[in-house]
Amino acid sequence: MTDKTADHATPPSGLSQFFKALGLLRESRIGMFGVILVGFWVIMAIIAPLLPLHPPNTPMVPLQGPFTTMEDGTNFWLGTDHKGRDILSRLIWGSQLVLLWSTLATIVAYAVGIMLGVAAGYLGGWWDEAISFFANVLLSFPVMVLYLIIITYLGSSGFNVIIAVTFATGPAIMRIVRGLVLDLRTRDYVAAAEVRGERPLYIMIVELLPNARGPLIVDVCLRLGYTAITIALLGYLGIGLPPPDPDWGKMIAEAQPLGSFGANGAIWPAIAISMLVLGLNMLADGLREISLRD
Amino acid sequence: MAKQDQVPVLECNNLSISYYTRSGEIPAVIDFDLTVNPGEAVGIVGESGCGKSTVALAIMNYMGRNGAIVGGEIKFMGRDMTTMSEEELREIRGSEISMVYQEPMASLNPALRCKDQLSEVLTVHEGISENEALDRARVILQDVRLPDPDRILQSYPHQLSGGQQQRVLIAMALLSNPKLLLLDEPTTALDVTVEAGIVELIKDISAKYGTSMIYISHNLGLILETCDRITVMYSGQAVELGTVSQVFDYMRHPYTRGLFSSIPLPGTDRYSTPLVPIRGQLPLPHERPRGCYFGPRCDFFQEGICGGGFIAMRQVGDDPGHTVRCSRYEEIDWEHYKPDAVVQEKAEFGDKVLEVHNMKKYYEIHDNSLKAMISGERVRYVKANEQLDFDAREAETVAIVGESGCGKTTFAKVLMGLEEATEGTILLDGKDISQLPVRQRKPQLVSNLQIVFQNPFETLNPSHNVGSQIGRVLKKFGIAESKKDIQQKVFELLDIVKLPRDFAFRKPRQLSGGQKQRIGIARAFGGNPSVVIADEPVSALDVSVQAAVTGLLTEIQREKRTTMLFISHDLSIVRYLADRIVVMYLGHIMEQGTTDQIFSPPYHPYTEALLSAVPIADTSVIKKHIVLEGELPSPTNPPPGCPFQTRCPHKGRHGTQQLCETEMPPVKEIGPGHRVKCHLDDDILLRMEPVIEFAKTKKGPSVPAGAITAPVRSRTTKPKPKAKPAARRPAKPKGPKRPRALKAARRGNADDLKLISGVGPKLEGVLNGLGIFHFDQVSAWTKEEIEWVDDYLKFKGRIQRDKWIAQSKKLSKKS
Amino acid sequence: MLAILLRRFVSMVLIMAVISFALFLIFESDKSSVAAKVLGQYSLPEQREIWLEKNGYNRPFAERYLSWVGNFLTGKWGQSIQFDQPVSELLLPRLANTGILGGFVFFITIGISLVLGVLSGISEASFKDRAITVFSVLTTSVPEFASATLLVAIFVFWLDWLPGTSPFTNGFELAELVLPVSVLVIYNFGYYTRMTRASMAEVMTSQYVRTAILKGIPFRSVVLKHALRNALIAPFTVMVLQLNYLLSGVIVVEVFFAYKGFGKLLYDSALFGDIYVVEACTMVAVFVAVLSQVISDIGYTLLNPRIRYS
Repeated sequence: MTDKTADHATPPSGLSQFFKALGLLRESRIGMFGVILVGFWVIMAIIAPLLPLHPPNTPMVPLQGPFTTMEDGTNFWLGTDHKGRDILSRLIWGSQLVLLWSTLATIVAYAVGIMLGVAAGYLGGWWDEAISFFANVLLSFPVMVLYLIIITYLGSSGFNVIIAVTFATGPAIMRIVRGLVLDLRTRDYVAAAEVRGERPLYIMIVELLPNARGPLIVDVCLRLGYTAITIALLGYLGIGLPPPDPDWGKMIAEAQPLGSFGANGAIWPAIAISMLVLGLNMLADGLREISLRD
Repeated sequence: MAKQDQVPVLECNNLSISYYTRSGEIPAVIDFDLTVNPGEAVGIVGESGCGKSTVALAIMNYMGRNGAIVGGEIKFMGRDMTTMSEEELREIRGSEISMVYQEPMASLNPALRCKDQLSEVLTVHEGISENEALDRARVILQDVRLPDPDRILQSYPHQLSGGQQQRVLIAMALLSNPKLLLLDEPTTALDVTVEAGIVELIKDISAKYGTSMIYISHNLGLILETCDRITVMYSGQAVELGTVSQVFDYMRHPYTRGLFSSIPLPGTDRYSTPLVPIRGQLPLPHERPRGCYFGPRCDFFQEGICGGGFIAMRQVGDDPGHTVRCSRYEEIDWEHYKPDAVVQEKAEFGDKVLEVHNMKKYYEIHDNSLKAMISGERVRYVKANEQLDFDAREAETVAIVGESGCGKTTFAKVLMGLEEATEGTILLDGKDISQLPVRQRKPQLVSNLQIVFQNPFETLNPSHNVGSQIGRVLKKFGIAESKKDIQQKVFELLDIVKLPRDFAFRKPRQLSGGQKQRIGIARAFGGNPSVVIADEPVSALDVSVQAAVTGLLTEIQREKRTTMLFISHDLSIVRYLADRIVVMYLGHIMEQGTTDQIFSPPYHPYTEALLSAVPIADTSVIKKHIVLEGELPSPTNPPPGCPFQTRCPHKGRHGTQQLCETEMPPVKEIGPGHRVKCHLDDDILLRMEPVIEFAKTKKGPSVPAGAITAPVRSRTTKPKPKAKPAARRPAKPKGPKRPRALKAARRGNADDLKLISGVGPKLEGVLNGLGIFHFDQVSAWTKEEIEWVDDYLKFKGRIQRDKWIAQSKKLSKKS
Repeated sequence: MLAILLRRFVSMVLIMAVISFALFLIFESDKSSVAAKVLGQYSLPEQREIWLEKNGYNRPFAERYLSWVGNFLTGKWGQSIQFDQPVSELLLPRLANTGILGGFVFFITIGISLVLGVLSGISEASFKDRAITVFSVLTTSVPEFASATLLVAIFVFWLDWLPGTSPFTNGFELAELVLPVSVLVIYNFGYYTRMTRASMAEVMTSQYVRTAILKGIPFRSVVLKHALRNALIAPFTVMVLQLNYLLSGVIVVEVFFAYKGFGKLLYDSALFGDIYVVEACTMVAVFVAVLSQVISDIGYTLLNPRIRYS
C-alpha cells in the first residue's frame, strides 16, 4: 500500500485498461462475438508458421475445388487457385499481412491524428485554424482518390500504404480528438491545472488525453476495420503490397478475370475480410455498450 | 383546506416503485402515502436521490422502460391509475393532470414555435380548431404575465429567456384547466429574482384557478411560500407529513430536524449558532440499512427499536394530519436537544491583503454577420466587469453575490490570471497582478492565490487518483519534494479535510459530491495560500452536505488566517458566513458593506429586491414582497444609464427617472465602508424598511414549545396496517420440476428478503410465490435451484444475482 | 444566413485553390517527367525538349500554374494521353454514367436507412431494434469488393440471373445496374441507419419528447411532429457529407464491374499515368465533395431554427 506511487505524471496504462475492458466484454453478447472473430484471425496469424500448411506461394495443382484430396493423399481444404497455390494456406498467411499492416497504419494515423487534434483543440486560435484547414483540405478528397494519387505518385509498398492511410484517416481522427478536447478543456480540473501554472504540454498529456481514451478505444476498433478493408482494397486494385505475398484483396483480383472458374478463389478471401471487419465492428459495438452502461 | 367529504384529487396509498437494473430490483419509492384535496397545494421536499421526482413521474405513469409500480395504488379522482390503459392515461395527461419541469429550455421542443406547442394541447384534448386554441393560448399567456403574447406565440423557444420559457410551460400546463398540476423543481434552473416572479405566479394560479398542486423541491423556503401541506422524503420514503406549520414548527422526525439545522436561516450565525450538518451520507438505494433508513445518521438511533423491521408512519400525538416515520419520536427531548457543533470565535482581521481598484474587464466579440461587416461595427464589447473597487483583509471572508451574468466569475478569472484585466489594478500583498497571466506568475505568487471550484463532478480529473492530484499541487509549489514527503503531506491534508487517508488511492468516481469538494478544498489549501477564491463551492451539493462543507471551509480558513473570496448567488449562505458582502449586477458593484449593513436598511434597490426574493424556511419570518418586472438584461447589451433601471421598482417614484435612464449613478458612501451605487437621495435610502422581520411571537425555528406539552403517550397511535405483498400464497409453479431443496417451507415469520440487495418488493413477491421465505433457503441454493428460480424471474439473463447467496448467508446469521 | 453562405463559399474556393496547387505540384513540377509521360518512354530527349518549349513548359513555375488554372477554369482540360481525346469530351459522358449509378444508390440508401433507423430508434432495445442493429453491423462489415464477389458468385455464376459486368456496350440496361447498385447500397445503408437510429433514440429520450408525451399527445404525433424533425437534422447533414465516401465506393464498384464511369476512368488514368485526366478527375471529385459540404451546411442551417433565427 505504502509504495503505491503518488506521482501525478503517470497516467494509467492503456493496456491494463484494455484488458479490463476485455473482462467487462463478457457481459456484452455482441462484443463477445467480436472478440471470437477477431481472436480467431489474430491466433491464425500468430500460429501460421506452426500449422501444417502448404507453402503459400508454391504452385501445385491449379484450380481444384474445395475439399479435394489428391491421389497422393495431399489435401486442399479450400482448393487451389489458377496458379495451383493452396487457398487455405494463402488465406492464413494473408491474415498475417492484413493484420500487421493495418495495425501499423492505424497506429501511425492515430499518433498523427491525436497530436494534431489535441493541439488544435486545446491551443485553439491560429493552431486550430491552420490544423483544421489542412484537415479540411484532405477531407475534401474522396479517400480513394487520395489513395490513387499518393500511391501512383509514391509507388506501391507497405511503407507508402501507411503514409496513404495516415493522410486519408489522420484528419478524421484529428477531428474526433479535437471535438473531445474542446469538450474536456472546459472542465474545472483543466482550469485547476492552469491556475497552478501548468504548461500546455503537461495539460494536454496528463489532464486531457487520458480522459479522451474511452471514445477513442471504440474508434480504434472501427478504424482498424476500415484500414483492413483499405489494405485489402488496395491489394485488389493492384496498388497495395507488392506481389507475390498472399494479400486477400489481390487474391480476389487474380481470381476475378477467370470468371466462374475463379469464383472459388475469390469467395474465400471475400469471406475472410468480411469476418475480420465484422469482428472489429462488433467489438467496437460491445465496447460502446459497456462504456454506456457504467 | 381538506374537507373530509370531498373526493381527493389524488391519493397514493402504500405506493412502491422499483427500477430494474442489471443488479436487480432497486426500490426507488417505498410505502408512500399522499393525499391531495381539491384546491390544495402539497409540497414534497427532499434531497437529491430521495425519490421525489420518481413520485411525480409515477403519478403521470411515466417511468421509462425499466421502472414500474410494484405495490400500492395511485387514485386520481377516485380511479386507480395503475390499472388504466395507455389510451386512458393519455387522455388524462395534459388535460387533467399536467406537469411543469425543472429545465424549461430542454422541455420545450427547439424545432417548433410556441404556438404549435401550446395549441396542440387543446386540439388534441378538446378537438377544437387551431384558431380557437390559439385564442385561448393568448389569454393564458396573459395570465402567466407574459407581455406581448403574439410575439411569444410566434417565437421559437431559444428566442425566449429562461423565465419566459418556464412561463410558457406553465401556460401550457394550465391550458386545459387541469385538476392537478405537478411542479418538479420549476425554479431550480432560474435566477433568484426570476424565481420570485414564478413563485408569485404559482401562488396566484392556485388562488385563481383553484388547481390542486404538488410542488416538488429541495428548497424548504419555496415549499413554505407555496404549499399548504408538506411531505418530507428520505431515501425513498416519506418520513414526515403534515401541514406546513406542523412540520416547520413542530417537526418530529430527526431527519427533518437535521435538514432545518443545516440550512442557514436568518438568526443563525457562524459564531454563535453554527449550522449542524447531518453526518454521513444518503445510503445508495441498494445499500439501505435495516429498519430506519435514517438510522446510521441519526443521533437518537437505538439498535433494538430503530434497527429492526419495517417502520410505519404514525400519527404525532393528537395532531390530526401530522404523521412521522420514527419509532422514538415521543422519547426524544426535542426542546433541549442541542447537537454538537463547533462554536468558533470571531476572527480578528489583519492587514489588507487584496485591493482591487477601478478594475475593468471587457471582452471583444467579433460580429461576423453581413450587417456588421457593412456597417463596420464588427467589434463589440461585453463589459463583464466595470469599475470594481473593493478590498479584503487577512482572515476576512468577502462574499461576491449576484445572479448569472453579473460578472462574478469573470472577476475570479482575472484574479486567477486566466484573463487579463482591461484596466485598473489588483494588488495582492501590494503587487499588481491585474495584467499578469498565470503562466508568467512566479510559483510563490500562484500558490498564494488558489481556488475552490463549483462543480464537484468536474473539479477532479477522473483519470488520476486523488492523492496524486493533491500531490501535484504540493510538488508544483515546492511544499514537498521527495515522494515520501509528498505522501505524508497528502495524508495530512486529508486529515485536515476530515477524510480517511486511504482516499489518496481512490479514483474520483468512488467519491461522493461532498467528498470531492473536500478534496478540492485540500488541493486549494495545499500550497498555503493567502487568498482562496471559493466559486460557488457548495451550490451543487445537497443542503445537509452543504453545511458540512461550508463548516470545513470556514474552519480551515480561520485556522490558517486565509482571506476568502466567496462567490455565490445564494444570499442565505452568504449571510451566514461572510464578513463583508459585495453585491454585483451586470458587471457593476451596486452595493458593498459589512454583512449587517447589507442585510438591514438602507439598501440599494437591487439588494432590497434580492433579499426579498430569497425564500426563507422560517414561519416566523415576515418578508416584504418585491417582485422585479422583466428579465435580466444580457451583458452584451446593457441598458443605458443605471444598469438596474429597467427593473428598478424605485425608478419612477422619486423623480429620478430621467437621471436613472441616462446617467450611470455615482458611488455614495452611506455608512462606514457601506457604499451604494444609486441615484436615489440619501434620505430616501435611509427611510427604507427592512425586508426581513420576525413576527412578534418569534419562536426559534427548532424550538417548538407547544408540542412537548401535548400528552403524547396517552394515545396509542395505531400503525397503519402494512399492505400485504401481492403474491404471498405459493403460486403453483409451472415449468421444470422443482428441486427438492426448494420445497415450500414457511416457518413462522418470513424473513424480509428485500434486505438482499437486488431484491425489491416485486421480486420478493415472486420468491414468496415460489415458496422462498427465509434467508437460509436462499443461502442453501445450488446451481440447480438457481436455474430453476431463474425460470421464474422474468428478467433472466439481465439480473446479476450471484451475490444473493453470500448476502443471505450473512443475513441469516444475523437473524 | 447570407454571411454563412458567403463564408462557406470563400473557404470552398480556398480549399479548391490549395488542392489545385498541390495537384499541379505533384504532377507537373517535374516537367521532364511530364514530357516522358506524354510522348512515351522511348521518345528522344530532343523531341521532349521541343514539346516542352512548344507547350510553354519552360516558363517559370508560378506562371505555368496560373495559366493552368486559367485553362482549367475555361474548360481547357488538356488532351488525354491514353485515349488521345480532349479530357472534357472524355469526362462528361463518364460523369453522367456515374451520376446515374450514384443517384440510384444515394436515394435508395437514404430511403432504406431512414425507415429502418427511425423504426429502430423509436423502440430502443426492442427485438426490432436489435435485429436492425445486428443486420446493419453485418452489412457494413462486408466491403464492396467482397460483397461484389459474393453477389456475382450467387447471381451470375450460380443462378445466372444477372450480368456480371456492366460495360453498357449495347446502351443503357437496367439489369446491368442491379449488381453495382446493390453492392453500394449494402455497404452504405448500415452506417446511415445507425446514424439515424442513434439520433432518433437520443431525441426520444429528450425532455421535450417527455413533455409531449405527458401532454397527452398520441404517440404517432409525438414521433411525427416532435421527434422526427429534430432527429433528422444530424443524419441529413451526415448523409450529404458522406457523398464523399460514396464516391470512393463508386470507384471500386466501377472497377469491379467494368462500369464506364468516372471512377473507372480515374483509376485507369492513374495507373496509366494519364496526368491531365487524373488532374481533371480529381478536381471534379473535390468539387463535388466541397459542394456537398456547402449543401450540408446550408441544409443544417435551414433545418435548425436555433441557427436560422439567432
